[in-house]
Amino acid sequence: MAERGLVASESLAGCRPRAARTVLGQVVLPGEELLLPEQEETDGPGVAGERPLRLNAGVRSRLRVVCGPGLRRCGDRLLVTKCGRLRHKEPGCGSSGGIYWVDSQQKRYVPVKGDHVIGIVTAKSGDIFKVDVGGSEPASLSYLAFEGATKRNRPNVQVGDLIYGQFVVANKDMEPEMVCIDSCGRANGMGVIGQDGLLFKVTLGLIRKLLAPDCEIIQEVGKLYPLEIVFGMNGRIWVKAKTIQQTLILANILEACEHMTADQRKQIFARLAES
Amino acid sequence: MAAERKTKLSKNLLRMKFMQRGLDSETKKQLEEEEKKIISEEHWYLDLPELKEKESFIIEEQSFLLCEDLLYGRMSFRGFNPEVEKLMLQMNAKNKAEEEEEDATVELDVSDEEMARRYETLVGTIGKKFAKKRDRANYEEDENGNMKPIKTKKMFLKPQD
Repeated sequence: MAERGLVASESLAGCRPRAARTVLGQVVLPGEELLLPEQEETDGPGVAGERPLRLNAGVRSRLRVVCGPGLRRCGDRLLVTKCGRLRHKEPGCGSSGGIYWVDSQQKRYVPVKGDHVIGIVTAKSGDIFKVDVGGSEPASLSYLAFEGATKRNRPNVQVGDLIYGQFVVANKDMEPEMVCIDSCGRANGMGVIGQDGLLFKVTLGLIRKLLAPDCEIIQEVGKLYPLEIVFGMNGRIWVKAKTIQQTLILANILEACEHMTADQRKQIFARLAES
Repeated sequence: MAAERKTKLSKNLLRMKFMQRGLDSETKKQLEEEEKKIISEEHWYLDLPELKEKESFIIEEQSFLLCEDLLYGRMSFRGFNPEVEKLMLQMNAKNKAEEEEEDATVELDVSDEEMARRYETLVGTIGKKFAKKRDRANYEEDENGNMKPIKTKKMFLKPQD
């Protein structure tokens, strides 16, 4: 079994499974197998039957590891499914082995449970709205999944409206389902996004970059002029400022800042502040 | 002749309640066995080896939210949408608050001292409610408007010499 796994990974990635610890921050390729810190020693000698004798082999305390996007569990093995840099987050408490994920660059959104996204209502059919979220299939949104909505009191949602919502069902076998309330039944900012404004699409990586807690771009943009932004994890950004001109400037900045260095960005912000 | 007839009786007939009395033990057993067989044949079961899944130590999670501590997706700056600005503080503070709560003690809304003071004055107010009309005269309001029972218990006063 160990040999078979070895052969499979050799044919795919051209080398033996690498230890996840040693490739942190490096590029990993789909099909590659990674070894968790606990597995490193056991799989050390490649030849089966030549394992070192271990006293407490059975009772080794193994840590729970979370594999995030871009990684997949296959039995006891950890496989890479996306191309990108391998990242790791240390656990908050000692009982787990942290989180591993692949920081990849892509434009196609795949619905994930719990993600906040911006959708466009494309159809109204009976009890549900069909919402385009950029995935392979439109998501369904019940008219009861709004704050304060009852059977008698329907929410005012028209075809073409923008919806900021959250996925409650999202897997590869089922139609994704959205809601605009949290578990307590409150909207918390979800629901129909107001009138006007501009919606544009960026890569999924840029959204994560902008939503990072210490993102300088957002802090600098916030100092320019009064504005409102909504970020959807599906790569959609909705912006609104006092005038159309300001809105357009904002959209252009956000789109362009993906491939700008910090210095270039500062120059542009300085020029904007002058005008 | 009679024995031949007995064997000719159908099984379904023999199974009936009123026929059971006259049956001998052997045929009874036979019938029971047959019945059991039918029941067990009717039971469905999956012809699979027992599934033994080892406990996995890898948990799959497809959301970036958990990995990267992303901020709340709605933002407003410089008072464009005060509602969203309030919400932003609330939602983004949630993550931080959880971290802070771990090391810092939870701040109380009402301090212990204040609560004790409140209850102290409450005793009189509630006491008046349950007092009878005659006794109510014994309660008087102090300068704070709080009720306090006046203690006028009659007792023997020792005359002075």
